[in-house]
Amino acid sequence: MIVAERKPMEEILAEIEDFQKILVLGCKGCTTVCCSGGPKEVETLSTLIRMDRKQKGKEVETLEASTELQCEPESVKPMLENLANQYDVVLSMACGAGVQTVAKLFPDQRVFPALNTNFTGMAEEHGVWTEACLACGDCILGKTAGICPVTRCAKGLLNGACGGASEGKCEVSKDRPCAWQEIYHGLKRLNLLHYLKEKPQVKAWPIHPGKVVREDLRQEKAT
Amino acid sequence: MSLREACESGKFVVTAEVAPGKGTDVEHLLKDAAIIKDRVDAINVTDLQSSVMRLGSMAFCHLLTDMGIDPVFQVTCRDRNCLALQSDLLSAWALGIRNVLALTGDHPKLGDHPTARPVFELDSVTLLDVIGKLNSGVDMVGNELKGAPDLFPGAVVNPGADNEAAMDLQIMKMEKKIEAGAKFFQTQGVYDLDAFEKFMKRIEGFKAKVFGGIILLKSVGMARFMNKNVAGVFVPEPLIQEIKDAEDKVQASMNIAVRLVKGMKDLCDGVHMMTLGWESKIPGILDEVGL
Repeated sequence: MIVAERKPMEEILAEIEDFQKILVLGCKGCTTVCCSGGPKEVETLSTLIRMDRKQKGKEVETLEASTELQCEPESVKPMLENLANQYDVVLSMACGAGVQTVAKLFPDQRVFPALNTNFTGMAEEHGVWTEACLACGDCILGKTAGICPVTRCAKGLLNGACGGASEGKCEVSKDRPCAWQEIYHGLKRLNLLHYLKEKPQVKAWPIHPGKVVREDLRQEKAT
Repeated sequence: MSLREACESGKFVVTAEVAPGKGTDVEHLLKDAAIIKDRVDAINVTDLQSSVMRLGSMAFCHLLTDMGIDPVFQVTCRDRNCLALQSDLLSAWALGIRNVLALTGDHPKLGDHPTARPVFELDSVTLLDVIGKLNSGVDMVGNELKGAPDLFPGAVVNPGADNEAAMDLQIMKMEKKIEAGAKFFQTQGVYDLDAFEKFMKRIEGFKAKVFGGIILLKSVGMARFMNKNVAGVFVPEPLIQEIKDAEDKVQASMNIAVRLVKGMKDLCDGVHMMTLGWESKIPGILDEVGL
């Protein structure tokens, strides 16, 4: 999932200080799963905004809604069209892709992010997520015991450990395991250590912004 | 005699290391280099070591060539993409630099610009491969060069990796580096000759010269700092005690270095002296060893 965290309240409040009718727009996708921007967090943020305005003696109306997936126009467009004229700013609790989808569909509308998008990751335990995928476009997980060195090695090395690890921990932080030592253990368990001896490779980096075109789907829609 | 010739001659090689500082002041470094000039086969110049922004390795290597010293241009993959790395290797050659030490490099997080964007597009292995390609007259994508370098490539290895996985990974990477063209290895600092001997046995038959790393122990604090913070460096307690008990701590530090260099003469092909500002102690140490 995409993992995101709510911005500091002061920053959110500063973003919307000039607006009176605020649509707090959650997403029922990733940010619901990582507990940062689902219906529950929409309710909490709306309450905090109203409390702040009350304290400041400034009027505010909050409108609460959550899209199924804010990165899907089909999920965003009808909902915002239905709510037209009921708000003068969107405060999005989706990831950056969700915020941009709203901005693209409604270019005359101001939209602010309430979250900082951190990474594509996985849950380690309740309340802890770690980055797992850099979406590099050329997956090698089958060769690395299901542990991504591009993402989980701080240097993104492809040809083995850098030698900076101490007691199995990465040189950048003692709370991160050395991805290459994890890959070593994983491959050893699978009796595949010879994978580590394969020809060194240089990654062909994708050009940003990425774009995927599926001609089969486009033609399907056309017919 | 150049480093390449020294390696080919089969003699016991001695290399040293200097680290440019933050700023343009190079006078004291040049003085240190002059003191050891006739006692070492080459002098490494570090590349923003510990990810701290400093004067560059290529410029200082060039100043050493002006003095008739054969420098080892340390190149990390931290700050440059493949275009900049290849260009710098060609530039170094044009400036008279003949030896390159290919390193992955520390993460910027460890240095004084901790949020700097790291590159690491290449790593030590693929950088060696690129050096080989440049030497053969083409760049890494196969375009022909008009004038090719003939750089003498080396790499590093850490014989003190602290667990089986780390050690196996070191050895596998060392083999990859040799396949990619590394002709010599300078090791991380060694203090335990028995452990180093085991390491050397393990890599018996590897086709590259190995220069054991000697880091002068400048103080008890430094030894403890390295034990805690430098991957693969372990200073045994008796050595720390020896410095602690000594009246003349500089002499004690030199005595330890002398014993290590003497021990290494029977184990590997040379020594790499990392003296961290105490370059002036190198002649005294070498005198004691008879080098």
